[in-house]
Amino acid sequence: MTRPPAAGQSAAGQAATDPAATDPAVVASASVPATQVPTPALGSDDTAEPSAARDAQDGGARPPASRQRLHLPRLGRFFLHRPGLVLSVIVVVVVGLAAFWPALYTSRDPLQGIPSNRFAGPSGQHWFGTDELGRDLFARVVHGAALSLKATIIAVAVAFVVGGTLGLIAGFVGRWVEDVIMRVVDVMLSIPGLFMSLALVTAFGYGTVKVAVAVGIAQVASFARVMRSEVLKVRQATYVEASRSIGARWYSVLGRHVLPNALGPVLVLATLDFGVSVLAVSSLSFLGYGAAPPAPEWGTLISSGRNYLANAWWLTTLPGLTVVATVLSTNRIARALDGEWATQR
Amino acid sequence: MWRYVLRRLAQAVGVLWAAYTVTFLVLDFLPGDPVSAMAGAGMDSQGIDPAQIEKLRHQYGFDQPVLVQYFHYLTKALRGDFGTSVSTNRSVSSVLLDALPPTLALTGLGLTIGVLTGGLLAFAATYTNHRWLRQGLLSLPSLGVSVPGFWIGLMLVQLFSFRIRLFPAFGNDGLRGLILPAVTMAVLPGAMVAQILARSLLTALAEPYTQTAQAKGAGRLRVHLRHALRNALLPTLTIIGVLTGQLMANAVVIETVFSRNGLGRITAAAVNVQDIPVVQGVVVFGTFVFVTVNLVIDLVYPLLDPRIAVGSARRGPARPRGTPSDPTLGGGLATSTVVGSTAGSSR
Repeated sequence: MTRPPAAGQSAAGQAATDPAATDPAVVASASVPATQVPTPALGSDDTAEPSAARDAQDGGARPPASRQRLHLPRLGRFFLHRPGLVLSVIVVVVVGLAAFWPALYTSRDPLQGIPSNRFAGPSGQHWFGTDELGRDLFARVVHGAALSLKATIIAVAVAFVVGGTLGLIAGFVGRWVEDVIMRVVDVMLSIPGLFMSLALVTAFGYGTVKVAVAVGIAQVASFARVMRSEVLKVRQATYVEASRSIGARWYSVLGRHVLPNALGPVLVLATLDFGVSVLAVSSLSFLGYGAAPPAPEWGTLISSGRNYLANAWWLTTLPGLTVVATVLSTNRIARALDGEWATQR
Repeated sequence: MWRYVLRRLAQAVGVLWAAYTVTFLVLDFLPGDPVSAMAGAGMDSQGIDPAQIEKLRHQYGFDQPVLVQYFHYLTKALRGDFGTSVSTNRSVSSVLLDALPPTLALTGLGLTIGVLTGGLLAFAATYTNHRWLRQGLLSLPSLGVSVPGFWIGLMLVQLFSFRIRLFPAFGNDGLRGLILPAVTMAVLPGAMVAQILARSLLTALAEPYTQTAQAKGAGRLRVHLRHALRNALLPTLTIIGVLTGQLMANAVVIETVFSRNGLGRITAAAVNVQDIPVVQGVVVFGTFVFVTVNLVIDLVYPLLDPRIAVGSARRGPARPRGTPSDPTLGGGLATSTVVGSTAGSSR
């Protein structure tokens, strides 16, 4: 039922893959000869294949929505060969738990400090040390996860829903609607993302949610693009044609066939976008547009630690490492997802 | 050929116009009254005189219909006049021009360092025969794109300004002050260039022409440099075009970290005081730079690689990576889609 295992080593054949993973639109539009230029791909890659790979192989003839059941031994092997991936999953779970149940990790109050305890270095008592008001930095990072991660989730959700919908409409309706949407998307892509977010923050005002929405909107365009190209691909598949020809309504074709099959790569993009959004949100809150000061957002923590670089290294270093670990992990997971999608379906 | 150039040029102008329109819509017509924001920015936020607001409203033309305002500002913008900064009362274009040189120095040096080290890394990783060394080198870039730029800056300051007093932590003075910010700036382009170049090098090395070269007796280094590298450079060029947008965005954060004067610092300050004309000017200028650089790269491309026909394809010539004219890559904030792209087969 599944393809031969050893997903990893069999990747040699992926020379056919092309960078177009980056630009699925190029793959999608048959007008552009993808073979015109030698395309970079790692021959010996063991973890990931760009999602375009599978499209090159099974084109439109992919089976419809029925998802294959996970093959447990294979999954175990998959993880066993990728300790980094396992670690990444653990980090994401740990951070996710911190965001929703901070009490799991610490009972200290992130906002109340013990003044006599200022600038204590990391120790068994205070894992991450304490800050200028004697607040426990670990508690602040843990509670900050809630703010930062929720902002990230909002950003990704905005990008996913808005961008996905636009791409779906563009791909499914076609004609002038597609032209209009894609022109707008082109323009949005030419405005550097952070500048777009900054303009939106100027208009909306400050705050975690507003920053999150601003970051999300700046990412809409890439989601629209990927979604459209996927929809275009799926739309040409034989099973879609078949379901149309037996008289299925457009909405059931859309809901039963097109959407489920086009969603995969968009979900991979969402996973990747997660790391990107963590970075973007923390940059904006570092610049001071996020939650107001006492709130322990990660970017805010780093920026307030900036004043004590000379005497309290932990105030910037440790929250920063948390951000790095989170982003690194989500990127790693996204890569694995991308690869699995390429080989498992 | 000329028709192609003209069409691309028209496309670029169209994108710029649309970008101006988008920022106009976002900044002037989203929630929040721009005038009270501006009035608040100019002076203390409490006790804004209603008459003052009325005066400002008239001065900026906000009492006019939207379309009239739009065309008024658009015609002015066409002449290079982006209005007057609310907080400093100088013309936006002169504010931007004054801030440009330090930012150019920063991004230029950062890009150079980044491209050189990234290129060396990719070269070393594909040249070596040691599996572990290769894996290690190839995993560096994905670390590089996962680290927030401002944090790298702070770490460098901590290390090289406070521990070892080698470089000044803050300020604009001379080359010594430029080094740490430029190194910070270099991380992202370095990581991305390394990823792309390593990938294309490995592809090129698997191509028949490298085997031919080997068979004809070319040495390993020569095959690598003369044959593989030449073919692998093109995607790297594209990624550099895409990077311009991110370099400018990074400048905002890095100049804040190092308290350097420049475009980025001005942007951050303008957002702080809701200086709308400046923010708009920066966004349009950033888009202008991005579109121009990518246009140039697009036009140079067929000259460098004759395989790329200046074809009749609607979207212009096919290129190894997302064309900046439809810059899937350029889209995201920070590393966004590029991580997306490269994550495909980087480790």
